[in-house]
Amino acid sequence: MIELDGAGRSFKIKRRVVHAVRDLSFTVSAGEFVGYLGPNGAGKSTTIKMLCGILTPTSGRVRVAGLDPSRRRTTLARRIGVVFGQRTTLWWDLPLADSFELIRHLYKVDRATFRSRLGELTETLDLGEFIRTPVRQLSLGQRMRGDLAAALLHAPDVLVLDEPTIGLDVVSKAGIRDFLQRVNAEQGTTVLLTTHDLGDIERLCRRVMLIDHGRLAFDGTLDDLMATAPEQSSLEEVVTRLYTAAPQ
Amino acid sequence: MVRTYFLLLWTWTRAAAAYPVSFALMIVFGVVTASLDVAVILIVFANTTTLAGFSRDEVLFLYGTAGVSFAICDTFVSNIDRVSQHIKAGTLDTILIRPVSAWVQLTTDRFVPGRIGRILQSVIVLGYAIAALDLDGRRAWMIPVMVVTGVVIFAALWTLAGAMQFVLTDAPEVSNALTYGSAQLNQYPLSIYARDLVRAVTYVFPLAFVNWQPGLYVLGRADPFGTPELMRFAGPAAALVLALLAGLAWRQGIRHYRSTGS
Repeated sequence: MIELDGAGRSFKIKRRVVHAVRDLSFTVSAGEFVGYLGPNGAGKSTTIKMLCGILTPTSGRVRVAGLDPSRRRTTLARRIGVVFGQRTTLWWDLPLADSFELIRHLYKVDRATFRSRLGELTETLDLGEFIRTPVRQLSLGQRMRGDLAAALLHAPDVLVLDEPTIGLDVVSKAGIRDFLQRVNAEQGTTVLLTTHDLGDIERLCRRVMLIDHGRLAFDGTLDDLMATAPEQSSLEEVVTRLYTAAPQ
Repeated sequence: MVRTYFLLLWTWTRAAAAYPVSFALMIVFGVVTASLDVAVILIVFANTTTLAGFSRDEVLFLYGTAGVSFAICDTFVSNIDRVSQHIKAGTLDTILIRPVSAWVQLTTDRFVPGRIGRILQSVIVLGYAIAALDLDGRRAWMIPVMVVTGVVIFAALWTLAGAMQFVLTDAPEVSNALTYGSAQLNQYPLSIYARDLVRAVTYVFPLAFVNWQPGLYVLGRADPFGTPELMRFAGPAAALVLALLAGLAWRQGIRHYRSTGS
């Protein structure tokens, strides 16, 4: 479903070339739930932006759902759902319900499918009490649930999440985790999750990829990841070890 | 694409309806500021009967045709200006993940219906000029053609200005020279300007085709700069070439978008 082959992205900053991501190769199959970890500035967001076609890779090859994201961006948009924890993709001054209606038109979802899907999402994400409220007046937790619903209304094959639990309280976090697990299990949606919250990883991800200095530093199951450190280490200790290890 | 465009316009109109006072003020200010331009023309003609060989009503005709084209683009395309803010804030990301062209989303971005006041004002001036001038009826077909040509030229200039923002993120004002500057230039007969400037806006940025060249045809005038008669009809071709270039520049801009951290 997601395929990277030697993908890289560099930026020229004041005549210096900075490699945000270099020579990155991995494959994610349909239905997988993958955690994508890395310290700040490791290249996680850059990878995600290449997957959505926002950034054009400067080297290598990227394929999502069989498409080259940067060349077929608008076609791919119908098959991919994206959530940025740091910023909303909803329309600030519109009530949530109006944003959803607009998304229905933009993604050309037919009315009946839309209605049943929105009903389901409203129930599982508990949107009912604030669906008529303008987005700017929502709390962060409410807004994030709205953003998740918006990303899933068109039933994408791939869901890409960039820190979806950032800044949320424990109850909201648990709700969102439950929801993501259900989406993955019931709809078979492929999920790539970026997060700094290791609870998200422990709870949701069978497979973990770790990126550091723009390169893949680890790719395997959660158990494999735990095995890289002495026994009895917590996930936090394991990850700290990997983040602070000297880059190869 | 056209349906999506109007759907987005409607969405932003409803969002703007959350601020009704702002909407009313925009219409009033739009009409007032645009009317000041006309006031200047009227004051000039209170002191002279011709301006570079053109009568008051002829100047108002040239002002009106360029004004209508410009006001239409100012209302329906100029929102693309805001791309520099979106680039700086990183919010262009959220536009690029939608299955709709970024151009359509940005030209409708935070559309304010209040700008329609300016279109109205220009249409009134043009209507007055057409009624006051004794125009050759067989040449009137050129008037709608020149308005459409003007719309395409201004839309292309705005798109070019938008594409420039991907490179000149810190200087959005530079590109205003291209759009608002062009509109200012076209308010008067080009014969008041220096020959080299007129050459530049004929052959480099085809502003002369918004109202000057086709306007000369409608008014039955020879070009004081002596360009051949054929040039009066070259507008649509020039507009298409410019639109094509603007489209390519826009595509390049999007492909070179760098996003922001996080």
